[in-house]
Amino acid sequence: MIAEALTGLVFIPLGVTLVVLLLPDRARGPLCLAAVLALPLCLLPLTEAVWTNGDITLVLAEFAPPLGIVWRLDGLALIMLWLTAIVAVPVSIHALTSFPPGQASGREFWPLWMMLLAGINALFLSADLFNLYVTLEMITLAGVAMIGIGGKALALKAAMRYLLLGLLASLLYLLAVGLIYGQTGALDIDLVGERLQPGRMAATALVLMTTGLLVKSAIFPMHVWLPAAHGNAPGPVSAILSGLVVKVSLYMLIRIWLWMAGDWELPAAATALGLLGAGAILYGSIAALIQPRLKMVIAYSTVAQLGYVMLLFPLASIEAYRAASYQLLAHGLAKAAMFLAAANILKSLGTDRLIALTDLDRKLPVDLFAFTLAAVSIMGLPPSGGFLAKWMLLEAAWRQEAWGWLVLVSVGSLLSAAYLFRVIALTCFHPGRRHASTRWQTPPRSATNAALILALLAIAAGFTSAPLLSLIDGSLPPGGIWP
Amino acid sequence: MMDWLPLAMVLVSLVAGIAIFLLGEQRQLARTLLNLGAALVKLVLVAFLFMLIVVDRAPEFRLALLPGLDLVLRADALSLLFTTLSAVLWLITTVYAIAYLERDENRARFFGFFSICVASTMGIAMAGNLFTFFIFYELLTLATWPLVAHSGTRAAILGARTYLRYTLAGSAVFLVGLIWLYGLAGSRDFIAGGTLEAIGVDDYTELRIIFVFLVIGMGVKAALFPMHSWLPKAMVAPAPVSALLHAVAVVKAGAFGLVRLVEDVYGPELVADLGMGNLLAVAAAFTIIYGSVMALRQTDIKRRLAFSTVSQVSYIALGVAVGGMMATTGGMVHLVHQGLMKITLFFCAGIFATVLGVKHIGQLDGLGRRMPWTALSFTIAGLGMIGLPPMAGFVSKYYLGAGAIAVGAWWVIPVLIASTLLNAAYFLPLIKRMWMHAEPEQWPKPVTLSRLETGGLVVPAVITAMLSVLIGVFAAHPLSPLSWVMGIATEYFP
Repeated sequence: MIAEALTGLVFIPLGVTLVVLLLPDRARGPLCLAAVLALPLCLLPLTEAVWTNGDITLVLAEFAPPLGIVWRLDGLALIMLWLTAIVAVPVSIHALTSFPPGQASGREFWPLWMMLLAGINALFLSADLFNLYVTLEMITLAGVAMIGIGGKALALKAAMRYLLLGLLASLLYLLAVGLIYGQTGALDIDLVGERLQPGRMAATALVLMTTGLLVKSAIFPMHVWLPAAHGNAPGPVSAILSGLVVKVSLYMLIRIWLWMAGDWELPAAATALGLLGAGAILYGSIAALIQPRLKMVIAYSTVAQLGYVMLLFPLASIEAYRAASYQLLAHGLAKAAMFLAAANILKSLGTDRLIALTDLDRKLPVDLFAFTLAAVSIMGLPPSGGFLAKWMLLEAAWRQEAWGWLVLVSVGSLLSAAYLFRVIALTCFHPGRRHASTRWQTPPRSATNAALILALLAIAAGFTSAPLLSLIDGSLPPGGIWP
Repeated sequence: MMDWLPLAMVLVSLVAGIAIFLLGEQRQLARTLLNLGAALVKLVLVAFLFMLIVVDRAPEFRLALLPGLDLVLRADALSLLFTTLSAVLWLITTVYAIAYLERDENRARFFGFFSICVASTMGIAMAGNLFTFFIFYELLTLATWPLVAHSGTRAAILGARTYLRYTLAGSAVFLVGLIWLYGLAGSRDFIAGGTLEAIGVDDYTELRIIFVFLVIGMGVKAALFPMHSWLPKAMVAPAPVSALLHAVAVVKAGAFGLVRLVEDVYGPELVADLGMGNLLAVAAAFTIIYGSVMALRQTDIKRRLAFSTVSQVSYIALGVAVGGMMATTGGMVHLVHQGLMKITLFFCAGIFATVLGVKHIGQLDGLGRRMPWTALSFTIAGLGMIGLPPMAGFVSKYYLGAGAIAVGAWWVIPVLIASTLLNAAYFLPLIKRMWMHAEPEQWPKPVTLSRLETGGLVVPAVITAMLSVLIGVFAAHPLSPLSWVMGIATEYFP
């Protein structure tokens, strides 16, 4: 049962990817939606198993490591899988209306989306470095192709840039995997962690891997590809990219630093990672503050919000680990909701220039409401998932008397309030209403509800910490978290 | 079962608010019924809570948001004081607002946020610990921001922006202080007399810094100098909003937070030991004088009232900061007294502005003959603010002064005298103009209203004015706010 559920997570979307290519347009969306709805069903028995018995390990094809492939499921991976499944359902529902059958865009979207989903699920289950590489490649390639759907010139350019930087990052990562395999003869993260001796070679490998993953997660100053890519992609694709795809490489970064390199003490490097996070928070927020377009604001907000996760490294502690995990979850929900709402707004008005968004409270009240709820979580205002993440992060900083990080988090949340309230203020209370377009079309109700449900979930995450935290606490790295 | 009551208090207005959004702009009758119905249900709940409190049973709702971090809603004597004030004034203000906004656009948005604003005020009143207080304090910021910006004019948007800047910056400081306090002492419920002494911190410096952080957090909303500048700018809001903002919601929430902080978190003794009582008292005293002086310099009626609030609300902070049974009573009871008087003044100012277009002091001439009931209400509330016996304002000032002498804080007396003189200086000319000067030939912008509208505007003002007299005259009655507050204060100073 457990093995079937685990394989189902990966092979249902993978199988559907192949099947869907053979199907006519009209059948593609419904079949993929059915596949997406099957994911939570696979997760339920797994959740119960992890809850009662702890981590699950599955040896694929009966080859144990170091040669074979192993899937491992712990609390953190489970939470990420749930995030994926939960975000996937509303996004798919939204995509049914935004990529209607009969158009080229719909034909392309569904197989790519299934492939991406298979890649994401496989990545969260993977426990060895090479497998992580393969799945990450799968995700990147599918993601790049999805940005290009619809063929907008801006989007194609952004996709190209994402592809080139992504490939470069993959090369760096692969090089590091080669180095590590050469020295240890192992790829399994735990085994590598045991066998790899700190030294010049190990350090080189770690730096290469980290750099690669930072590029993929768009951490400042390697974020240059993200805003254009997320800001110009088609609506549901933006939600997928910002809500899920960037989380994936950050998740790998956490795995590698806390599991593989968990017992090396690297305070200077950890501080450096934290400083990159600080740069991301400050730069991303200020850039978001001056964007003229809604989706670009949201995209830069992603750059800023990912920075908070990076504070896990300098603050290394259980509180920080909880905070980072919670931030991944809360941001995933809220940001997907925001991009879906923005997609509805864009489609309804034909533009997402902030100056044209006047009177949204009358034109698209529910979409605006969803956007605002998501914004509450992103700003870290209570009660919301984002607030709990911020609270735990502040607590972690306080416990270590890390006043600098504490001030940074406070300033960061003020900045996020600044750029989000700027948007909300322009949408309802615009003094110069002359730019307001008088024509708009109401988006399909299912698309609006998709955004609203995700936003409500982001708020609900502020009340459901108990089970989540016990899952997170159950998945601490074996060596504990330094210092 | 009873323990759900505090949550129900919050949910009644929250659900009403959301329902109003969902009803949309056109369904006016349903909206009105919902508004009034929810306000009445709330009053019933308050009455029910009263009966529970009298038999010494404090219902409590508890929900863990994080391990060791509880959302607690509880009805104790102090929270009931604030709850009753808000529930009563909400009903009255709703009636006024329905009449006031009769011809306005975006009423669904207005009343939706209005209800959410009241829900957060209830949450603030019922909060059983500082963390819960903070949550609703933030929600209040979110809910009042669209109300301030409601008219959508350039001034309104700028005023709302200033408001957000101040409050969000304040809450960031608040949050840091809160994290610090929780790190040091863990989650602590509000308990009369405070519990911080028990943690046995030798080094008081940290407690002092935390206190200052938290006072800044509360002080922004309580418009404590120098964090008051948003308040006069927020005057662009519609009159019912200003009334609610000044009387129960935002400014009062800050003042109420200061009371909780001093009495139930730190405890009056510890605050005095830390030397923070004096600091807060001096800040409050300065704000009292400063606000009055600034009020004197305004020619716009609403702005004058706004600075008057800056000054008057600091009486509350002054009372709890000076400490001692009498002064604390004076401060706390001013929560109610100032609320009733100030809401009357804003109701009247709103009527002057909408019915006749009177916005400046110079235009008040002869208003007493044109609209005697409104002018009379304004006069009563104004005289009450000055502290003329037997009005409510006098009771507060008497207890403040006597209490200050009782604890040996003689310096408070000149502050009170100066403030009273200044109050008189900025209220009496208005009253004189209304009654003594001749009516002008042409009012600035006269509007004809239906009888129902006029009633909806004037009756609330008259009721609150009457209430403000009654609670002063019958201050000694066992059911008066004063007696209630004295009951609370005896818990702190047995």
